[in-house]
Amino acid sequence: MTTPQHSAVAGPPGSAATGQSAIRFAGVHKNYLSHGDTVPAVKRMDLAIAQGEFFSLLGPSGCGKTTTMRMIAGFEEPSGGKVYLDGKDVTGVAPNKRDVNMVFQSYALFPHLNTYQNVAFGLERKKVSKAEIKKRVGEMLEIVSLTGMEKRAPKEMSGGQQQRVALARALVNHPRALLLDEPLGALDLKLRQQMQIELKRIQREVGITFVYVTHDQGEALTMSDRIAVMNAGVIEQLGSPREIYERPATRFVAGFIGTSNIVEGHVERTENGLALVSYTAQDRVVVPVGSAVRVGDKVEVSIRPEKIDMHRGVPPVTSTGGSVLSGVVNEVVYHGTSTNYTVATAAGADFTVFDQNASNAEDLADRGDRVYLTWAPQHSYMIGV
Amino acid sequence: MDRVKRQLAPYFLVLPGGLWLLLFFAIPMIAMLSLSLQQGDIVNGYQFTFHWQNYTDAIDSYHTQLIRSLIYGAVATIFLIVLAFPVAYWIAFYGGKRKSTYLFLLLLPFFVSFVLRTISWRQILTDDGPVLKPLKEIGLLSDSYHILGTPAAVIGGLVYNFLPFMVLPIYVALERIDPRVVEAARDLYANPATAFRKVILPLALPGVFAGVLMSFVPVSSDYVNSEVLGSSSTTMIGQVIQAQYLVNSDYPTASALSFILMAVLLVGIFAYARALGTEDVMKVAAR
Repeated sequence: MTTPQHSAVAGPPGSAATGQSAIRFAGVHKNYLSHGDTVPAVKRMDLAIAQGEFFSLLGPSGCGKTTTMRMIAGFEEPSGGKVYLDGKDVTGVAPNKRDVNMVFQSYALFPHLNTYQNVAFGLERKKVSKAEIKKRVGEMLEIVSLTGMEKRAPKEMSGGQQQRVALARALVNHPRALLLDEPLGALDLKLRQQMQIELKRIQREVGITFVYVTHDQGEALTMSDRIAVMNAGVIEQLGSPREIYERPATRFVAGFIGTSNIVEGHVERTENGLALVSYTAQDRVVVPVGSAVRVGDKVEVSIRPEKIDMHRGVPPVTSTGGSVLSGVVNEVVYHGTSTNYTVATAAGADFTVFDQNASNAEDLADRGDRVYLTWAPQHSYMIGV
Repeated sequence: MDRVKRQLAPYFLVLPGGLWLLLFFAIPMIAMLSLSLQQGDIVNGYQFTFHWQNYTDAIDSYHTQLIRSLIYGAVATIFLIVLAFPVAYWIAFYGGKRKSTYLFLLLLPFFVSFVLRTISWRQILTDDGPVLKPLKEIGLLSDSYHILGTPAAVIGGLVYNFLPFMVLPIYVALERIDPRVVEAARDLYANPATAFRKVILPLALPGVFAGVLMSFVPVSSDYVNSEVLGSSSTTMIGQVIQAQYLVNSDYPTASALSFILMAVLLVGIFAYARALGTEDVMKVAAR
């Protein structure tokens, strides 16, 4: 096992703002020329990634996440703004002169070199001594559990093994940051989950900043310290996985990360930081709001499906002052660990409700049943319109 | 019944190709071998007598042309690599959406007959032609300067005529290189020159290897370029064989020379393959 020189510990998310950032974007934007038109790939971006952080860029294809990563690596130059590595301006510096390494989508291993030669490639370019290369490659292959595979050619290895060669080839150089471009995309589900845990372990062991590009929200949620959710060249929200899941800042984030129920309405009353939106005499949504929200304002409220309780038949007694929506069950889908219901509500929106199958042997309701959905005020979340 | 059919199917499939080989390769080869061991003359006819002396006589008389052909072949092949690599590289990496157009443009001249194109080179390079005449008039070249009839003209013609045979295999090898592999080299601290030397070149070597195989053999046995662009001092072995067959009707000598040329080329190719075999290409590249 190595004990890398880097003393950087995965710092708390807040440290990005205070200490020296590993990677910083200042007013970066990137345009492409396509048939004479300028197409923005990344719109104005300010971003600071902390030393030792596991940072994910998450978004659908074409959202600019890969372009952002390639600007860190130096394969793309920003159309405007500056990129800093460890506080040093690297805008315009060639990729081979940047102290970051990349794990490519589908690995891009050198097909004519064996495992050892692939991993040693970077160190040889840096003119590290033969003995030192041998030692470091050996240690790195041990970290990624590939000892004994030194002589194998890439095509003689499984996808998971190639993946680990790609990882070792980058990490052996002790870069200031490791960039991973959808590195698990080509693996099957089981292997992917295993590699997620592996990656996280390796990141803890070597303490290097990881920047992880993915369109898989599950992957981003499980591995990251912080996530930047991108859409159409803009970071829609930046925060910890929990913040992003529990408090989606925009409608896009609410929809892209997990499943969200979204209802619209006008504020009827505010009281103790809670706003009331009613649809009928008994159908109402209660949502915590800031002081800026006034009576009559239009609001959008997001509710996660697993936070909702469903009752069949009679309206429940609600002394807590939470939300209540009546509706009719449209669909019941059994998922093993849970059952998903689709309910057409009085608020006009279809709601998805997850019910854990922990204690219920029977379904809560059948298609066509009249039901009442209730949830506590803190589970309603107002999203930016 | 079905099982028998299934077992026989591969043999039926190989039948057309096998017949083709038998008819157009094996039988002519045997005929030629027998011809090369015959004795006699065109008037009285040739008799099969195991006359191995045909071979030693042929070598004695024509080793100069044979060696010259191999040298021309080797020099032309080297020029072909030097010229073809940049062309193939440019099309493969910078051709973008127009790759096929560029390849088509490269092949376009070759839709015109081989001999016609070579003859037009004679028109272009002739002593008072469009290239040499103006240069002589302004005094850059002496009046006695000429290109036609020199080894340079013959080798130039060979390089021109066989360029696609070198460009295409190298292009195929380069085109297959994943651009991300080159980026990976750049990411791992290789400057553009090192990335070329350590990644692109080794991955292109199998293409160069194939190109050499495809051009060295026909170039060495070519008989048109020297005939049209050369002189008696540039005679190649292909011309000798042709003359023996069609002019002197000395079939045994022509056949013996053909076999000698084939043997020499095969030995050369195998030696080359051994030194730089496709498997070993990878190992050489890794060093």
